[in-house]
Amino acid sequence: MTDPTIDLHDVDSEHDSAYAGLQVNDSHWAFGTSFEDPLAGVDTTVPDDVDAAVLGRYAMALGDDALVLSQRISEWCSRAPDLEDDIALANVALDLLGQARLLLARAAKADPSLAPVLPEGSPVPPEDALAYFRDAHELLNVRLVEAADEDFADAVVRILLFSVWRLEVWQRLVASRDAVLAAVAAKGVKELTYHRDYAARWFVTLALGTTESRGRLEAALLRAWPLWPELWAAHPIDVAASRQGVGVDPSTVRESAEEVLDRVLATAEVARPEVPGLAAVAGRTGRDGLHTEALSRMLAEMQSVARAHPEGAW
Amino acid sequence: MASVFEQTIARNERIEPRDEMPDAYRATLVRQIAQHAHSEIIGMQPEGNWISRAPSLRRKLVLLAKVQDEAGHGLYLYSAAETLGVSRDELDEMLRTGRQKYSSIFNYPTLTYADVGTIGWLVDGAAICNQVPLCRTSYGPYGRAMIRICKEESFHQRQGYELLMTMMGGTDAQRAMVQESVDRFWWPALMMFGPPDDDSPNTAQSMAWGIKRNTNDELRQKFVDMTVPQAKALGVTLPDPDLVWNEERGAHDFGQPDWEEFWQVVKGNGPCNAQRLAHRRRAHDEGAWVREAASAYAARSQHD
Repeated sequence: MTDPTIDLHDVDSEHDSAYAGLQVNDSHWAFGTSFEDPLAGVDTTVPDDVDAAVLGRYAMALGDDALVLSQRISEWCSRAPDLEDDIALANVALDLLGQARLLLARAAKADPSLAPVLPEGSPVPPEDALAYFRDAHELLNVRLVEAADEDFADAVVRILLFSVWRLEVWQRLVASRDAVLAAVAAKGVKELTYHRDYAARWFVTLALGTTESRGRLEAALLRAWPLWPELWAAHPIDVAASRQGVGVDPSTVRESAEEVLDRVLATAEVARPEVPGLAAVAGRTGRDGLHTEALSRMLAEMQSVARAHPEGAW
Repeated sequence: MASVFEQTIARNERIEPRDEMPDAYRATLVRQIAQHAHSEIIGMQPEGNWISRAPSLRRKLVLLAKVQDEAGHGLYLYSAAETLGVSRDELDEMLRTGRQKYSSIFNYPTLTYADVGTIGWLVDGAAICNQVPLCRTSYGPYGRAMIRICKEESFHQRQGYELLMTMMGGTDAQRAMVQESVDRFWWPALMMFGPPDDDSPNTAQSMAWGIKRNTNDELRQKFVDMTVPQAKALGVTLPDPDLVWNEERGAHDFGQPDWEEFWQVVKGNGPCNAQRLAHRRRAHDEGAWVREAASAYAARSQHD
C-alpha cells in the first residue's frame, strides 16, 4: 500500500539538495547566528527617569536565577526516568536558558559596566561575558537554584517552587515600564505556566504513587523548603526596581503564591513542612552574591571552555 | 504465483502494519528499526557530554535542543517498531542487555567542543546519506518516520557545520581543535556505512525486500564525494593520503578504514561501549521508582 500524500522522489531530492546546500549562507539558523543581538528589533531605550544601574542589576538577578536553574535541569538530559520526561525537562531547561540569554543581554545593554572586561577585540557578546566570565560571588541568583538534584523528586520540587514564585512575579512584570522586561515576561508567563503544571502533576503523582515515591518526595520537599523564604525577601535590588516601576517586589505577591502552593500540597495530601529558613551570612543571601558551595563548582564546569578561549568565536 | 507481499514489493509500494509479511521480513525490520532507535538514544550521550560546558548561551541552546531532538527521534522509531508487535520496554531491555546493537560511532568519545560540530557535520552527514534512501523503504511506518527524522538531521548537520565554520574563523587554538577533531572522527564516520559489500551478508536480502536501497560501498562513496568540497570550504584536511579525485570514475578514490578496529568496537571493545551501556542502565534503574509511582497513581486514579 502506498501513501498517496507522499511524493517519494521529491523527498529524496529535497534531502540531497539540503545536504549539498550546506555552504549556502542563509539566515534561518535556529536561535540566530553568533553575532545576532538577542534583543534585535526590541526597543532597548531605558525610560528617562529610570536608573539604568537599578534596571541592569535587576535584569541580571532574574537572568542568573534562570541561568543556574537551567544548567541544573539540563543535567537530566539522557538520564530522565522516561523518554517523555527527558524531552519535557529539556523543554524547561531550554525555556529558562532563553530567558537567561534575553535578561543578561538586557542587563548588559542597560548598564554596560556590569559585563566583565575581556581582551580587546574579543568577539564574546555581553550576555556571554556575564554568563561565563563572572565568579560565583558576582552572580545574584537565589540559593534555591544551586544544588545538584539528588533524584527526580528534587527536580520536581524545585521546578514547582521556582515556577510558582516566578510566575507570580512575572504576571506583574508584564506591566514593567521597561519594554524589554515586559516583553520577556509576556513570553515567560506561558513558559512558566507549563513548568508549574508539569511539576505540579508530578508532585501529586509522586505523593500519591508508592510508599517509596512519597518518601522521596517528602525528603526532597524538606531539602528545598529552607530556601523558600529567601524567594520572598524584599531585597534592595527588587525593591529599587519595583519603586522605579520596572520590577516587582516579590514580598507583595507572596500571599497569592502561597495559595497556589497550598492547593498543590492539599491535592497531594502533603503537609507544609515545618522547618525554618536557611540563615543568611552576615545578612547576605543569594541576591547579595552569597551562595552555597555548589555554585562555584557548577560554574567551574560550565565556564571551562569559554574561559580557556576568551578570544574565541563560537 | 507471487504473494500479495511480493507484488507490493515489486511495485515499489509500501507494506503497512496490517498487511501480511514474511516472518523474516518482520524480524529484519524490527532489528533494523530498533537498532536505529537505540542509536538515537545512545547518541544523546556523546554530545550530551558537552551541554554543561557549551561555551556560549546560544551554543548551549542549540546543543540541548539537538540532543532533545534525538530523544524525539528515538520515540518515533520505537513507535514505528511497535507497529510490528514489539513493545518499547522490550526493545529497551534488549538494548540494556546488549542483545540489540546501536551505531558503533557512539562508542567513540567526545573530547573537545569541536567534536560537537564534527559530529553534526560528519556523523549526522553520514547518517543522512544512510537515511535519505530509507524514506523510500518498503515498510510504511518506518519510511514516514524517516522523512521527519531526515529533515531534522539535515538541520543538525548544518548547525554542526556552522559551528566548525565559526570556530575556523576564530583563534589558532580553535582551528587546531577543529582539525584534531576531524582527524579523529573521519575514519569512524566512514565506518558508519558498515563493512565493505563483500563482507556484508545481510545486504542482498534487505535490498531484495526494499528495506535497504543502496549497498554500503555505494553510500560510502557518495558520502566521500559530498564531503570533500565541504572540507575544502571549511579549510580542514581530511586525514587520508590516498584521497584523490579519479577523473575516469568521476568520483574520489580513498583509503580503507581500519576494519580491525571496526570489528573490535562492534564486538564491544570500543573506547566507550561499556560506559554508554552503563549510563543507559543507570538512568533506567534510577528511574524505576518514578515509573512505578506513575503506574500506581494511574491505577489509583482509575479506581477513584
